[in-house]
Amino acid sequence: MAQAVFHREPAEAPLLAVHDLHTWFELRQWGFLRVGAVHAVDGVSFTLARGEAVAFVGESGCGKSSLARTLLGLHRPTRGEVRFDGGSLGDLDAGGLKAYRARVGYVQQDPYGALPPFLDVGRILAEPLIIHGVKARAERERRIRAVLEEVRLSPAEEYLTKFPHMLSGGQQQRVVIARALILAPALLIADEPVSMLDASVRIEILDLLRGIQASRGLTLAFITHDLSTVRHFAERIFVMYAGRVVESAAVDALLDHPQHPYTQALLAAIADPDAANATRQREVPGGEPPSLIHPPAGCRFHPRCPHAMAGLCDHDEPPDFEPRRRHLSACWLHR
Amino acid sequence: MSEPTLLRVADLALHYRTRRGVVRAVDGVGFDLRRNEALVVLGESGCGKSSLARALMRVLPRNVQHTGGRVMLGETEVTALPDERFRREVQWSRMALVMQASMNALNPVVRVGEQVAEPLRVLRGWSRRRALERAAEVFGLVGVSTDFLSRYPFELSGGMRQRAVLAMALVAEPELVILDEPTSALDVLTQAGIMNALKRIKREQGTSFILITHDVATSSELADRVALMYAGQFVEVADADAFFSRPAHPYSRMLMASVPRLRQRSRPEAIPGQPPNLFDPPSGCRFAARCPHRFARCAHDPEAIRLGERHRVRCWLHDESTRRGGA
Amino acid sequence: MNGGRWRDGWRELRRYPSALVGMVIIAALVGLSLYTVVAIPYPEALDKWRGGEPWRLHPVNAGPAWADRLSGGRQARTLIVGRGAEVEEAPFAGGRRLRMALAFDYDFDGFPSEINLFLRAEGHEQRPFARLLWQAPDGREISLGGHRIGREDRVSISQDRALERRLGGRVPHIGLLAEPDGEAMPRVQKGRHVLLLDAVVFDDRAGIDAELVLYGRVHGIAGTDHQRRDLRLALLWGTPVALAFGLLAAVGTTVTTLVIAAVGVWYRGWIDAVIQRLTEVNMILPVLPILVMVGTLYSTSIWLMLGVVVVLGIFSASIKMYRAMLLPIREAPYIEAAQAYGASNLRIVMRYMIPRILPVLIPTFVTLIPTFVFLEASLAVLGLGDPVLPTWGKVLNDAQSQSALYNGYYYWVVSPAVLLMLTGLGFAMLGFALDRVFNPRLRSL
Repeated sequence: MAQAVFHREPAEAPLLAVHDLHTWFELRQWGFLRVGAVHAVDGVSFTLARGEAVAFVGESGCGKSSLARTLLGLHRPTRGEVRFDGGSLGDLDAGGLKAYRARVGYVQQDPYGALPPFLDVGRILAEPLIIHGVKARAERERRIRAVLEEVRLSPAEEYLTKFPHMLSGGQQQRVVIARALILAPALLIADEPVSMLDASVRIEILDLLRGIQASRGLTLAFITHDLSTVRHFAERIFVMYAGRVVESAAVDALLDHPQHPYTQALLAAIADPDAANATRQREVPGGEPPSLIHPPAGCRFHPRCPHAMAGLCDHDEPPDFEPRRRHLSACWLHR
Repeated sequence: MSEPTLLRVADLALHYRTRRGVVRAVDGVGFDLRRNEALVVLGESGCGKSSLARALMRVLPRNVQHTGGRVMLGETEVTALPDERFRREVQWSRMALVMQASMNALNPVVRVGEQVAEPLRVLRGWSRRRALERAAEVFGLVGVSTDFLSRYPFELSGGMRQRAVLAMALVAEPELVILDEPTSALDVLTQAGIMNALKRIKREQGTSFILITHDVATSSELADRVALMYAGQFVEVADADAFFSRPAHPYSRMLMASVPRLRQRSRPEAIPGQPPNLFDPPSGCRFAARCPHRFARCAHDPEAIRLGERHRVRCWLHDESTRRGGA
Repeated sequence: MNGGRWRDGWRELRRYPSALVGMVIIAALVGLSLYTVVAIPYPEALDKWRGGEPWRLHPVNAGPAWADRLSGGRQARTLIVGRGAEVEEAPFAGGRRLRMALAFDYDFDGFPSEINLFLRAEGHEQRPFARLLWQAPDGREISLGGHRIGREDRVSISQDRALERRLGGRVPHIGLLAEPDGEAMPRVQKGRHVLLLDAVVFDDRAGIDAELVLYGRVHGIAGTDHQRRDLRLALLWGTPVALAFGLLAAVGTTVTTLVIAAVGVWYRGWIDAVIQRLTEVNMILPVLPILVMVGTLYSTSIWLMLGVVVVLGIFSASIKMYRAMLLPIREAPYIEAAQAYGASNLRIVMRYMIPRILPVLIPTFVTLIPTFVFLEASLAVLGLGDPVLPTWGKVLNDAQSQSALYNGYYYWVVSPAVLLMLTGLGFAMLGFALDRVFNPRLRSL
């Protein structure tokens, strides 16, 4: 089923097309002297089809959250283009940006922090509607109830007057999801939506997100560090390292036949519950992710890569190779 | 192969007083730990697993309402020691604790090496030089370059800081190290690196560990034995291979089924419902409300039932009489 | 919008006895203020506080009556004799002779503080002439001499040096009422004293009016000051003035400071830098000397002072405190979420950032009120009080300028000071209790 969406005919225009996107954060001394920049997102291109669920996977500092925020219009891209539904994000004026924000929902990592603690659930869900000019109270009420039912917080009455601290972590995250959905977005960006929840709740929330994505025909972009959950909740994976996408493919292809050495290292480091793990040393590449202020020349993974080729990997940036059909990997090994 | 028993815990209890009532965070926990053995205490947040570590190490907040139980460390009855003697004779030197997020609790203005050496200077009165030499040794053990001895915490990455904290716990060569979520804030590769270091230390130094975590996959990286905690109690204690391949308690089975696995295509299944609140835990089996196998007897508090030599489960399904009656 | 939390807060607050005591004190002060503004309207209060004629029947520097009662003594109260006294008329060629007996029973243990006779003659072309004779209960008759009566005349019997000499060196308000035994400590001669007024008028119709006032040593609930003004007026009116000043100044500074701090934190960059630098400059400005300068060079109107206090308070050190509280909130995920669903900058500052810290600010706000009350009082003590308004600080200022404590007029200092302390105490007790309720850091689990 997952593949069916992925192999949709490319004739249909993509919902989101990102081309050569860079998001840098300037470092200034005394507020004006430019002393460098953090290359958080450093040349990322991809397209997302309508109704597709994808995952961006990487370690902290790989730029996945900065990418999410750039797509949400919270950071201005330094270079490159984001096209949403045919229009360029860079061309939007204030009104256009506001309208764009209604079409992109955002689910954050920390459900308690994502909800203003001084508002009750009814009010939290009303806020986006008020901001986007839904004046009629009855209409707001109707939409709030509908979305609460959709995230399985029913009966809605029971939750409308609750404050966030009265809800469990899973319920809070459902409210966050309801808020992201209430403006009927076309794209939902979920940044580590379950990493702060208990194991038993994680699956519930992921199931819920996936179910809503399917029933609404949403495009869903998961940002996560956890490759083990990805298989069941996304169709395509983008693996990010140091501000770049190093590998992308359909879920099963990527997990079963990882091509990039970084992806291979990442997968090797992940344990499945097994008593034998206790006596096995894992292969872990040495070193740490590079500085994003002075990223290494050539391939960014080369200082840690067991297959690094001197004179090539440390000098030339690898382009995207296609070692398998529809499976891109930015590594000179595929040359 | 059987090593002598290092730690015996019986009926350990820790209750907190809060404005909403008394929280029974640890409610009658007992287990044995052998030398050079690693016990993983597995549980969801709020099940009392961190309180268990606090109770063992006497790192107690002010609102403790009741502590109870007996802890024997080797031949010493730890629970009978007055606080002062406990601090002098047990803490750091025989039992060390790495608290959750303690890598962020390093003193920002003191060099890392000095902080790691500190317990030796305080507890054993070692000279600065001798203590620093030992600190360098331990740094090697946990896989941190000795160059970092003279660095300040902010100059270290999260993974390196976590290793430094681990070094601090190991510096006085304790018999037992308690680790509370030592890797949960870290990245996958860093996590794997630290687990590698722990495995090596256990093998080379013969240290015993109690690893407290919510992450089933991480737990399997070190565990000789696994204790699954639910609502302040151990519901199942078993050797790792028994626990991971043949979990006995319904909660254990459901938890294992809810773990997403990288290398399997089976879809993880959520556990419906929520854990009970610890203000007023239900009488009888505390998991009954979420359990698909619930039956009349679950209204009574289940005893710890022996399944094997070192396998205990708190569930009536495994009681002789139930099995005979059901069969 | 935030009912649940406030309701919980209130329920919890009631568990603190100090909060209840504080609220009772504040309620009493508010009640007193309401009573005051209704019972003594503002223009009347200003008019009276100007002094003079309205107070002619009040003693100078009299203590409060309750203090006398507490000490069990029977100090003199003010006696006013003469209204409606009977007048004997005897006409003669070219005029009439009027005889009036101003009789009173003197039953106090102490002597009065002063005796004045107010005489009024109406419609006379030629001023009438009166002879005064004091008859003591033991039958002694003491002549107080003769006076020509003007339209409004005050005979200051206490000031009559000749009479004082005749009374054996005793000031008249003691000599006239004392036993004539010549002892060092005069004793009161209790009984019926009469002041005989024997007047000659040169007119047919018009009469004269006489009022004998024996001023007491104690007066009313609060005593009087050197201008005979009843301190009760100032103490009563000081309450609404103090509360209004404290509340307005606290609201003014808190609201503006909070908004400015939030704006700085939200926009960052140069806006924040400018706010920070302004605050740092403002922090080293000495507030009191500036207020003294404004008061000296411009005006000491309380409303001007309020304005200056608020303006100086806008960029006060509390901006730094609010900033420190708001900085982590700026980074809160819910703020980012609000941005992501299109909330405007203004909405984020006003609806998402500020409400988050309000509960923590309420205790600070409550304890801030009395500091402004004290500031206003301090200004008044320094002589920079509002020139027309009766306030607690003005009372203290008068007391100080009249060396009240040196002269033993303790009540003049004590009563405004007690009211100031009560105000401080009430708000402080409530504020500290609120702090425990709303400030999560002080909470025990």
